[in-house]
Amino acid sequence: MSKNKNSLIIDTTDHATKGGLLNRRLFLSSAIATTAALATTRAAYGQEIVGEGQEDWVLYPGSDAVEYSNRSRFEVNSVKRLLPNDSQEFLDLRLTKIVARTPLDHLMGTITPNGLHFERSHQGIPDIDPDQHSLVIHGMVKNPLKFDINALENYPTVSRNHYMECSGNSNVLWQETPTNQSLQEIHGLLSGSEWTGVLLSTLLDECGISPDAKWIIAEGADNGMMTRSIPIDKALDDTMIAIRQNGERIRPSQGYPMRLFNPGFEGNTSVKWLRSIYVSDRPVMSIQETAKYTDMMPDDMALQFTLEQDVKSIITRPSSAMSLKKKGIYEITGVAWSGKGKIARVEVSVDGGNTWADTALEGPIHAKMLTRFRIPWMWDGSPAVLQSRAIDEFGRFQPTRKQLIDARGRNGVYHFHAVHSWGVATNGEIKNVYA
Amino acid sequence: MFMHRILIIATLFLSTQLATAQESLFGVPATQADIDKSFWSIFPDGEFLPDGEGNVAEGRELFEYQCNLCHNFPGENDPVKNQIGKLFGVDDKRGKSNFEQTIGSYWPYPTIVFDYIRRAMPLVAPMSLTNSEYYSLTAYLLHENGIIAEDDVMNKNTLPKVEMPNKDGFINAYPEVPEKYLAKP
Ligand code: HEC
Repeated sequence: MSKNKNSLIIDTTDHATKGGLLNRRLFLSSAIATTAALATTRAAYGQEIVGEGQEDWVLYPGSDAVEYSNRSRFEVNSVKRLLPNDSQEFLDLRLTKIVARTPLDHLMGTITPNGLHFERSHQGIPDIDPDQHSLVIHGMVKNPLKFDINALENYPTVSRNHYMECSGNSNVLWQETPTNQSLQEIHGLLSGSEWTGVLLSTLLDECGISPDAKWIIAEGADNGMMTRSIPIDKALDDTMIAIRQNGERIRPSQGYPMRLFNPGFEGNTSVKWLRSIYVSDRPVMSIQETAKYTDMMPDDMALQFTLEQDVKSIITRPSSAMSLKKKGIYEITGVAWSGKGKIARVEVSVDGGNTWADTALEGPIHAKMLTRFRIPWMWDGSPAVLQSRAIDEFGRFQPTRKQLIDARGRNGVYHFHAVHSWGVATNGEIKNVYA
Repeated sequence: MFMHRILIIATLFLSTQLATAQESLFGVPATQADIDKSFWSIFPDGEFLPDGEGNVAEGRELFEYQCNLCHNFPGENDPVKNQIGKLFGVDDKRGKSNFEQTIGSYWPYPTIVFDYIRRAMPLVAPMSLTNSEYYSLTAYLLHENGIIAEDDVMNKNTLPKVEMPNKDGFINAYPEVPEKYLAKP
């Protein structure tokens, strides 16, 4: 960029009209070139210009303002991770990549940038034209109604900070032996945003639902038409039809132009590309709430409708992605969340759970949203096991892995929420361990 | 505040205008065509099952052309296809791991098979078959899972009556996870 400016060639063939009028920009750019050349010449003669030693980005004007910004070209590591290690034969049949995980180790605060929000679909991300899409609410209602995106934008909206966590997040921790996976691979199906939408209760009210209504059945307009049943008490409480995420319209991967959003519920219930809500007196028992998203318990019964998520926390720094270079002070930080309400307390242990210390929580603390915790730690170079455990405002606590497995066994594939451990070796390397 | 005031005025205006008809500020009445286009759910008691009928033999033939590209036939054991989705061959009636949770070992209602394969399969072109063809594929999958006989036909009356081996295998965790599955301090 700056090199080009130094060797600016004045193109006198750049005529704006016939008759010798040159492009009006030419004079301006030749002036810049002259100034730059002068600076170079003065430097060559040993004359000290005041900008000596300054980088190019200080000495030369930067680039244009743009219509939609990208990150710095140097930020190449803060990216989502796609499906791990699947064979090409598998991908050929699978047709689309259906999972991308958030780089939690690269983020701070509690809001996930829209481009880094985790993505999970079953049959790919649809490319929906909002002018051809609307939501139909029908079933046990007096007035079946239809709303397109413009109709929804006219309602008073609410904007609320909420996390979103896939039901299958952290599920490798059910395995008998710890995998050698990173923070992003283990816990990356977790993100936080400010979601804006219309409360579903407003729309259900207009439809006039029957007093016998007990559930709503939500269906998406994606390939495969994702379907889930949501209890009516939730639907009338804080469930919203989300249309914006962190201010802008939600992205295709998050359900553009509209999605169901059930704060604190397992992610799969927040049906994206929402097209139909059927008001019902019973759940539909779709594949995604029977054959999938259910967990086998030790007595061979399967837990179904594990909708409201438990209290959970993870340490994001230090974590697998980095190693401690030398003894000294480090900040231990991470996020905690509860599907029921606010986080009340987060404690950290560096000795595998023998002793615990209270951490500082960064406010404001929102219900059903990530809360960041922090505590300084002096590492003396000896092996350590870092853990965090959270308690929510209702006194629900995050169990140890052993306590969780004692109660639920190891045959489930979803809803892992126990304390997680990072093992720090004497050489400063950090790994997923069980403790 | 401003928006709210407008809404109040709009509500007053609309409620006098539309006192009996639709009571929506910005929504419009949904037609039956709107509903039919967007609503594909089928309940375990068979509500919303369509007309049409299918049988196992036809299902077997359809499976070969529409499904076998990605899913194994009974007895076949291509590991990649097993990874995509194993549809048969687990006898344990409470298939313990995710991998063993198939229609015969885990699914609680027969209607889920029809509902799911119609909305989502074949993966390359869901909803590309007729209702009768989906009934046939459903019959075939249920038969090969040892649930119905070779000459049983499936339609909106017979399908909901099929009893699944694991129909009593589920416990509701909403609104509270049952005490015995809660981690104890
Ligand atoms: C191009 C590959 C492909 C084809 C062809 C295909 N499927 Fe599938 N099938 C899949 C994939 C991938 C999944 C998993 C979908 C998901 O992740 O939600 C799946 C899942 C399923 C399941 C659920 C399995 C489970 O996990 O329990 C059933 C049942 C099924 N398919 C039936 C069929 C039938 C019947 C046909 C033929 C009409 C068919 N499939 C054709 C790829 C395919």
